[in-house]
Amino acid sequence: MKQAHPITAAALLALSPLVQAMDKHEPAFSRVIVDEFETRDADEGTVAAWEAAAWYGGDLNKLYLSTEGERLMDNGGETEGFETRLAWNRAFAPFWDWQLGARRDWQPDDPNRDWASFGVQGLAPYLFESEATLFVGEEGLTNLRLEAEYEILFTQKLILVPAVEANFYGKEDEELGIGEGLTDIEAGLRLRYEIRREFAPYIGVNWERRFGDTAAKTRGAGDDVSETTLVAGVRLWF
Amino acid sequence: MTSSAVIGRRRFVQGLALGAGALGIGGFGLSPARLLADQGQTGAPILSGNTFNLAIGGADVNITGKKRPGMLVNGSLPAPTLRWREGDTVTLNVTNYLPATSSIHWHGLLLPFQMDGVPGLSFDGIPPGETFTYRFPIKQNGTYWYHSHSGFQEQSGVYGAIVIDPRDAEPEPVDRDYVMVLSDWSDEKPEQIYATLKKLSHYYNFNERTIFDTLRDFREKGVAQTLKDRHMWNTMRMSQSDLADVTGYTYTYLLNGRSPNANWTGLFRPGERVKLRFVNASAMTFFDIRIPGLDMTVVALDGQPVKPVRFHECRLGVAETIDVIVTPEKKQAFTVFAQSIDRSGFARGTLTPDPAMNAAVPAMDPPPLLGHTEMGMGGMAGMNHGDMEGMNHGAMDHGKMDPGKMNHDAMKGMQHDGDHKVPFAFVADNPDLAPRSSAVQHLDSEHGPGVDMRAMAPAAMLDDPGIGLRGRDWKVLTYADMETAGGPPDSLTPDREIVLHLTGNMSRYMWSFNGIKFADSVPLELYHGERARITLVNDTMMTHPIHLHGLWSDLELGDGRLLRKHTITVKPGEKLSYLVRADATGRWAYHCHLLYHMEAGMFREVRVVDNATAKEARS
Repeated sequence: MKQAHPITAAALLALSPLVQAMDKHEPAFSRVIVDEFETRDADEGTVAAWEAAAWYGGDLNKLYLSTEGERLMDNGGETEGFETRLAWNRAFAPFWDWQLGARRDWQPDDPNRDWASFGVQGLAPYLFESEATLFVGEEGLTNLRLEAEYEILFTQKLILVPAVEANFYGKEDEELGIGEGLTDIEAGLRLRYEIRREFAPYIGVNWERRFGDTAAKTRGAGDDVSETTLVAGVRLWF
Repeated sequence: MTSSAVIGRRRFVQGLALGAGALGIGGFGLSPARLLADQGQTGAPILSGNTFNLAIGGADVNITGKKRPGMLVNGSLPAPTLRWREGDTVTLNVTNYLPATSSIHWHGLLLPFQMDGVPGLSFDGIPPGETFTYRFPIKQNGTYWYHSHSGFQEQSGVYGAIVIDPRDAEPEPVDRDYVMVLSDWSDEKPEQIYATLKKLSHYYNFNERTIFDTLRDFREKGVAQTLKDRHMWNTMRMSQSDLADVTGYTYTYLLNGRSPNANWTGLFRPGERVKLRFVNASAMTFFDIRIPGLDMTVVALDGQPVKPVRFHECRLGVAETIDVIVTPEKKQAFTVFAQSIDRSGFARGTLTPDPAMNAAVPAMDPPPLLGHTEMGMGGMAGMNHGDMEGMNHGAMDHGKMDPGKMNHDAMKGMQHDGDHKVPFAFVADNPDLAPRSSAVQHLDSEHGPGVDMRAMAPAAMLDDPGIGLRGRDWKVLTYADMETAGGPPDSLTPDREIVLHLTGNMSRYMWSFNGIKFADSVPLELYHGERARITLVNDTMMTHPIHLHGLWSDLELGDGRLLRKHTITVKPGEKLSYLVRADATGRWAYHCHLLYHMEAGMFREVRVVDNATAKEARS
């Protein structure tokens, strides 16, 4: 069974430098995902809302760019405000990533706000997509945001997604009418049908409510503290 | 003709017309069965002799009704079957007409490592437009195969069978001899499949558990029991239906290049002994093969003769080959049925005494669900397999499970535990050469973002037919049933031991050995002439076919029995070991043969070096 070839270890080590180890560089991938792109029948008229992200990178390190916001579509249209985030994502555990980045809130009628962000995101036990991010802004402003999402499969393609987001502020932001403590909770229930994995129209309901000082300030300004809207939209990625 | 080579037409060699004509869906005047009856062998042309000219080129392939770009050898899918004779020296002029570097690896062949065809290890690869001449002596016989070892070219069609006739008389003479190449074809580009898996690893799994499955379990098992059963899966964040990363959603499964509709057909006369040489040339698919109504007798595995065993069904891992003999007595047709491990599709063909006769195609089984065995909970292999599929998951109290104790209990069943005479190939700064404790514990390198689970009590499972095949009413072949003909082909005693854990993170689609991807690894060194024992521990929920180039892997079956192979399938939760005679100096590839796992990093370079030189280099 033994066979010897006239190749010594020395010859091996002297191999042409062209003979490199098999392709050892890690390729980068990218994904763009528009999680929500929808219209809402709000009290003030039809509102377009979006939540989208894109990432680029390898298995452990990714660059994230994300945006979410709302725009009133009636009366010529008016963007109510949106935020953009840029973050470096680093895997630290099988299901969890650190996130380090920055966020800007763009507000046509109010001053913009800039934040540094420190977050953790991943898949919690029982398959909850979870995210907790601390934003540290100018003048000692802090915002803690907690998000969770779950998928309930009716069939392989018909999927119900309950999602919830809560915001807390470390101190009040007087200019923007945001109080200290729990400021708002947004909860959604969206039923999507994946025509393909990448393309799924959905309908659902979205509920938002302000709390505490924030709610008081909102009431003071003559606005509603709670709003429930029907939504219809499309989720897509590539 | 549904396929044509875009370039390199003049390089075509004999048999092309039939090979290309056999592609795609039949119905071009000649029935596929008639075509094959005339040709007498497989969907691919057969080339024999000492010198071969092979051209790898782009071609349109129509499997599903759509023309899609493929990569073919001499314009045929599968590539031509190469018929060699033991003792000859073959010369293969391989010309690359692709716009990218290409290569051909001769899978399972013993040859000088420069002829092994792995770019970066054996040679630089074959640049576009150039010809590389492989030349090596044939030192073995049996059924093998060849495929590109560059990028994802294998998935696009660069694969074919090799049949080596023995120098002396055929030990199992037959009346007919068919090559049965199983493969998986996708209209998607393989780069796209890989990128999709990296973005959404369960993309191709359309068998996830739904709310209705849960409600049915509530009714049948009770709410408390169901929640208990699901608890572990939910805390592990894993899918119980994750049997295949890439499925029939994108794949069409082929037998000799033909879809199930195109129905590859082989003829026989009743009473004839027919040899079927199955080659699993797919990129990602384990096939469960059976021929309803016919007993099969295995005579060779991975090209190497085994003591004959009669059976009805076997699971053929990616890159494995199995030679079986059937003797159909009646004048009736039989269906060769090969369903994918996840039951998302099947390849199929017909053996018939008359091209006009067909047999019924069996229904696929319901897709199996992963269980505690696959989780590496241990102790299952010795259980009554008949109970396994429907086993009451709640019967085990996971809360009381003591990992240390479990390990200990499961290890008692292992063949080699306590074999402390054999030294470990330990190198302090190389996690791949870990100390003896790595046989029963997990390494530090296994605790990171790239590893989503570790088997608590990996067990000996050689006699376990595997998920979805337990509790059959018929005989399912396992490794434990077989043994290399003529007794152990080499020593049973190793000089050194190595333990490697098969690891991965399904949701991130990362795959590795010992939690370390190829990109971050150093070569594994074996000393020329030594007998090394490699123990593999499967810490993932998937079945992996592990292939060592250039050297035999002699699977240790216990009781002094060995099973000589080139590719060894390791089931989830399984621990097995094999002996390797490092008798060929050089740089060899060692990897999981699931194409996308290999690409993701479940790969090592194995260097067989002269011991004295190695010591010198280290000092």
